[in-house]
Amino acid sequence: MIRVGMVGLGKMGLSHMSIVRAHPEVTLVAACDTMTYLTDVLAKNTGLKGYVDLDKMLAEEQLDAVVIATPSKLHADMVQRALDHGLHVFCEKPFVLDPNDGERLVQLADSKGLVTQVGYHFRFVAAFQEAARIVHAGALGTVHHVRTEAYGPVVLRPKGGTWRSAKGEGGGALYDYACHAIDLVNFVAGVPAAVSGVVRHGVFSRDVEDEVYCSLHFADGASGQLCVNWSDESFRKMSTKVTVWGTNGRLTADRQECQIYLRQAHAALPGTPTGWSVRYTTELSKEVWFYLRGEEYSGQIDYFVQSVKQRRTDGENSFRSALQADRVVSMILADSTGTGSPILGLSSKAPAAKSILERLFG
Amino acid sequence: MKATAMDRVLFGDNQFFGVNHMSEEKARAQQMRFQDLQAILDVLDAAYQEGIRTFMCTTHDRVAQICDYFRSNPAKYPDYQFYPCMPYAHKYANAVTEYGMLDALRMFLPQDGAVRAMLKGGVALASKDITVIMQLLVDAEMKMFHGLKTPVIFIQNVITDLLLGLGFNECFRIFHDHVRGKYGAEPGYITMNVPRLLDVLAGLGIDNPVVCANINKIGFRMCGGIDLYEKAIATRRFRPIAMSVLASGAITPREAIEYVCAQPRIESIVFGASSRGNIRQTKALIDELTRPELVETAPQA
Repeated sequence: MIRVGMVGLGKMGLSHMSIVRAHPEVTLVAACDTMTYLTDVLAKNTGLKGYVDLDKMLAEEQLDAVVIATPSKLHADMVQRALDHGLHVFCEKPFVLDPNDGERLVQLADSKGLVTQVGYHFRFVAAFQEAARIVHAGALGTVHHVRTEAYGPVVLRPKGGTWRSAKGEGGGALYDYACHAIDLVNFVAGVPAAVSGVVRHGVFSRDVEDEVYCSLHFADGASGQLCVNWSDESFRKMSTKVTVWGTNGRLTADRQECQIYLRQAHAALPGTPTGWSVRYTTELSKEVWFYLRGEEYSGQIDYFVQSVKQRRTDGENSFRSALQADRVVSMILADSTGTGSPILGLSSKAPAAKSILERLFG
Repeated sequence: MKATAMDRVLFGDNQFFGVNHMSEEKARAQQMRFQDLQAILDVLDAAYQEGIRTFMCTTHDRVAQICDYFRSNPAKYPDYQFYPCMPYAHKYANAVTEYGMLDALRMFLPQDGAVRAMLKGGVALASKDITVIMQLLVDAEMKMFHGLKTPVIFIQNVITDLLLGLGFNECFRIFHDHVRGKYGAEPGYITMNVPRLLDVLAGLGIDNPVVCANINKIGFRMCGGIDLYEKAIATRRFRPIAMSVLASGAITPREAIEYVCAQPRIESIVFGASSRGNIRQTKALIDELTRPELVETAPQA
């Protein structure tokens, strides 16, 4: 049995904890959060051992791994402390706000041979896995353009008081939504070498951006576009989509389906005809042992557990992999500050995003 | 309490609110079509004409308008009934993202002093407070159904399964007692994890529960596997309602219904459809393929 401690019991933390606790190869030992009303309720009703102080939990409990789901600005420090204790770490996305921290933590985990994973759950969505498989097989020919999109109804009013709307704490659509879209590009089509034409605007928010747009440039000359807007009420929930164009066709994938158009059937994809074909989540999804909100959430936790068992340190969504998304985020921040520096990870240097009213009326 | 029989065929609401497990495009087209309340009412009326009088629906804001319609037309729909499924989780999830957990909770509870005192930041909640909060949340969701028949009231799977994973089993007991005590209704549980939920409910002494879950020929979202589900359906004491029988269109209707009707003791089948033709076809298939000897009472406790 793998002994796990939870750190952070917000929305994602509770969801992870539910899945972790249901995992047959895991013992949930304790959880840490500053919201004592929550840890108290869980202690009384579910026998959970609660801590307010992370260091105390790390010192007192015999753990193999932690799941960290705290606000983004706390990730780097908490991950460091967990690694220092020799623990395997699953951390919510985004990994870190400053890629320099990320680089250091990758090295630290490597030097200790510890398993790391970041919660980019879209890599565990069957339709996106199918998209990556098709692109990596070369079935689309030479890829020349990629579009990655994420829309949803998170900020719909000029209000809100959580860290998600606070600058410098990993709030804003860039860290919350865009990093998923970026990681999908990295997963399906490879990591962009540069970005340009960045637009980061508030629609309703004053301090953070609600929409992010930019061009992506790949080392091999391919181009891409990132389109993200978390103030779009026409979407019922977060909707993420990636489209890849190549010399032999294109594909579009979202959580539900992967639509493929091949100009010529390809040897690497037996059974996929010339022209259109569609593969649906109902046929692609693998069964999970416990389901909460989507197969991908259980899938990623199980993958982490198996990684810990096998000491697999180079698995999907490792810190090293997630750091690539953080670097692209940094390039976007750098481009929008006009510094032109390819890597500059300080969100505090970015100018305050302007709301649409400010832009229209000064 | 003697169990109230459920209808064999229940009408679902996913198609009205842009939920489709296969295609976002299809989901959006449905949202456009059903933006007009009348379009929803027309489909519900068509289903009623085809003999389906139970609407199993989430507590989406728009369901309140549907309730208004049926409340004002009792003569036209004398036996109409609702199976509310609560809560519409995105409403809560979005509020938590925007306001934080405690403030979101405050928003959904009555604004009286006792509740406010209970939710003072940083103060531990007593067990009795959990009971009160859960009761108040259920009552808030039930408001839109006042004056309507709601013989079975469900917890949505996202909440059932969250609580199930956390081990917060007491909530199932609180829900059960409140639904029976205040609404004289049968509590129901929607889940993607049937075998695990049955173990927990049995442990709480909740006998012969109504459990609604995916039951389909391709094993789509049947956690633990189709074999374990079939075994649970055949041998365990509960009242299964099959949903997602068509797996969002991945199985042909006849094949899908044949499979579900061949399982013993599935009491009801819930499906959603947008046209009278599809409603009629699916209803007719269920009527044709149902074998009454298989839809018997549950195994004895």
